[in-house]
Amino acid sequence: MPGLILLKNGRVIDPVNGIDQIQDVLIADGKISAVAQPGTLPEQAGCLVYDLAGKWVVPGLIDMHVHLREPGQEYKETIATGTRAAAAGGFTAVAAMPNTKPINDNQTVTLFILAKAAEAGSARVYPVGAISSGSKGEQLAEFGELRQAGAVAVTDDGLPVGNSQLMRRALEYAGNHDLLVISHAEEMTLSHGGAMNHGALATRLGLRGIPHVAEEIMVYRDLALAEFTGRPIHIAHVSTRESLSLIRRAKEKGVAVTAETAPHYFTLTEMAVDGYNTLAKMNPPLRTEADVAAVREALRDGTLDAIATDHAPHGELDKDMEFDLAANGIIGLETAVPLTLQLVRENQLDARRMVELLSVNPARILGVPGGTLSVGAPADIAVIDPEKKFVFTEESIQSKSKNSPFLGWEMQGKAVLTILAGRITWGQDTFSS
Amino acid sequence: MTSEYRFTHKHVLGLADFSVEDIQAVLQTAESFKEISSRSIKKVPTLRGKTIINFFFEPSTRTRLSFEVAAKRMSADTFNISNSGSSTVKGETLIDTARNLAAMNPDCIILRHPRSGSARLLADHIEASVINAGDGTHEHPSQGLLDLMTVREAKGEIAGLKIAIIGDIAHSRVAHSNIIGFSKMGAAVTVSGPATLIPPGIEDLGARVSRSVMEAVDGADVIMALRIQKERQQDPLFPSLREYAKFFGVSQKVADAASPEAIIMHPGPINRGVELDPKLADGSRSVILEQVTNGVAVRMALLYLIMGGD
Repeated sequence: MPGLILLKNGRVIDPVNGIDQIQDVLIADGKISAVAQPGTLPEQAGCLVYDLAGKWVVPGLIDMHVHLREPGQEYKETIATGTRAAAAGGFTAVAAMPNTKPINDNQTVTLFILAKAAEAGSARVYPVGAISSGSKGEQLAEFGELRQAGAVAVTDDGLPVGNSQLMRRALEYAGNHDLLVISHAEEMTLSHGGAMNHGALATRLGLRGIPHVAEEIMVYRDLALAEFTGRPIHIAHVSTRESLSLIRRAKEKGVAVTAETAPHYFTLTEMAVDGYNTLAKMNPPLRTEADVAAVREALRDGTLDAIATDHAPHGELDKDMEFDLAANGIIGLETAVPLTLQLVRENQLDARRMVELLSVNPARILGVPGGTLSVGAPADIAVIDPEKKFVFTEESIQSKSKNSPFLGWEMQGKAVLTILAGRITWGQDTFSS
Repeated sequence: MTSEYRFTHKHVLGLADFSVEDIQAVLQTAESFKEISSRSIKKVPTLRGKTIINFFFEPSTRTRLSFEVAAKRMSADTFNISNSGSSTVKGETLIDTARNLAAMNPDCIILRHPRSGSARLLADHIEASVINAGDGTHEHPSQGLLDLMTVREAKGEIAGLKIAIIGDIAHSRVAHSNIIGFSKMGAAVTVSGPATLIPPGIEDLGARVSRSVMEAVDGADVIMALRIQKERQQDPLFPSLREYAKFFGVSQKVADAASPEAIIMHPGPINRGVELDPKLADGSRSVILEQVTNGVAVRMALLYLIMGGD
């Protein structure tokens, strides 16, 4: 049983309770026991005490879009290493995408993932089931059993639903089981064979481009289907300006849509691909300056609800090859905090908004606990040092894979202590109590 | 060229990496080597003891033979590996195969590969020099250089010429290298073809885009027709070869719109009657076979410049 922990003098940012001030937080029995003025909580015997002056104390971060690769591709990541990377990044919960091997399209895989997560235990794992059996886009997966087993949402992420009727039925049927439908918006006939963003750079490199309309057409379709069915939809990894305009307009109309982007879409442009840098190859691809600006704007104005990393571990042998054969995706759990903090430093976001995007809203969208430091809530907490500078190196990475375009970057801001249900999952050695 | 100029490239990956001086150096060297091929004993000892591997993942007759002839006329030892005979068909990756080749200490690997960027990938992983003999839809620098040489021979000066490149610009590494090379040398390049085969941002490489073939060739000094790859027909890029020939083929009428002294070029192999009227291909204005002859000279020059210095 986790003991008492007292977090002293930190800047507590808890948007749900409207708190942004220096407070002490007491944790007992895995729950938040008290939040009070500094110095007013008694230091009981055996209490682990941390002086967090200059640090932020926020609800544990929740990454609603990660690929943990287990079962099936344990050489890239396991639930143990993936949740450890999560903890190192300040995350206390992750939603695990279903494109494992086998696909998580049935309760057996969901139960396996949850059992492994209980064993590994560095973060809560919320399995996301497949929309279609085998993510083949033909038959609906067994949503009822997936839900019963513990899945919180369904998606065919990575193998997007091309068939509009199937997507419509998924939205309708998900309502019976209170499952969120997550859309990986990609019109495959337009993106087919593409390796990077469509445009002059793709032409210069001789790579086949993925036009932004490939995303936008499906964003529009899924917004239209959400409106038509009256069911909520969540749009994953939004990368283009026009997708954001469509989502903004749908929200104005009252469509039940939420949306996420990933740190790379507000940090990098397609120029990162130049020189055939497979570490910058992802799907959707990195876009243009105008898209980056639009993503930043949408994070500010509420068009985007969440920052999710799309953590996509790949081994060297999946990346060190011809560009258009290389795997899509980058790891993201350990760079989300510094990259988002960069927006805060540039006054694009305030700290409260950052916490909403990385914790409050993902919890709300997925319908899972967390996102708050309310007394009585599970003690899922991230302590962030917004000033801490470090160079992001392979050696520092907790994930099993090292595929990041941010290797070698000087970063500022880091999770220094992560607490999951009152148990320290990261940063035990960072402080002396 | 300034007197302190030196050709310093270890690899030949694309004309995008070449300066005007680099291109001039290759062309001058090629012009001086061309004469070797017309001797009765067509061999000089310049690259004796050098080992060159022709590593071809795509079918190629003329480029591969051209490199081999060039290397042999310079007395280098050459070896050919093709896709079907290589261990890549047994599942070995390009990098692994290349490392194994590199372990045999070749001086130069000449790579033809269907993936853009593969030549650079190879160069990043091995010690030997790499010459890109065509990587995907990226570049084919030796072809660009031999085309420059051919135009310079025919026209004297490249700067100020009007070059019209007609056809599949999107999938043509030859077009890319030519647009880069000719525009660097001061020519005005116009491309035309079905809009489905004009890639975005081609202007950034130095080309003007024209919707009309007739307009593109208007007053041109050089007409270059590109090969239509019939295997791309499953992608709906244009309705039929018949319609292509009618609206985008280089016909006598098209040629008549160009300068009366305009030369006709084609990188080969030609789909006769599709992208180029056979009469033009074989006519007096055609320099298509000179392109092939110059290919050997340009490749001798490249091999000499990257390996002959030591």
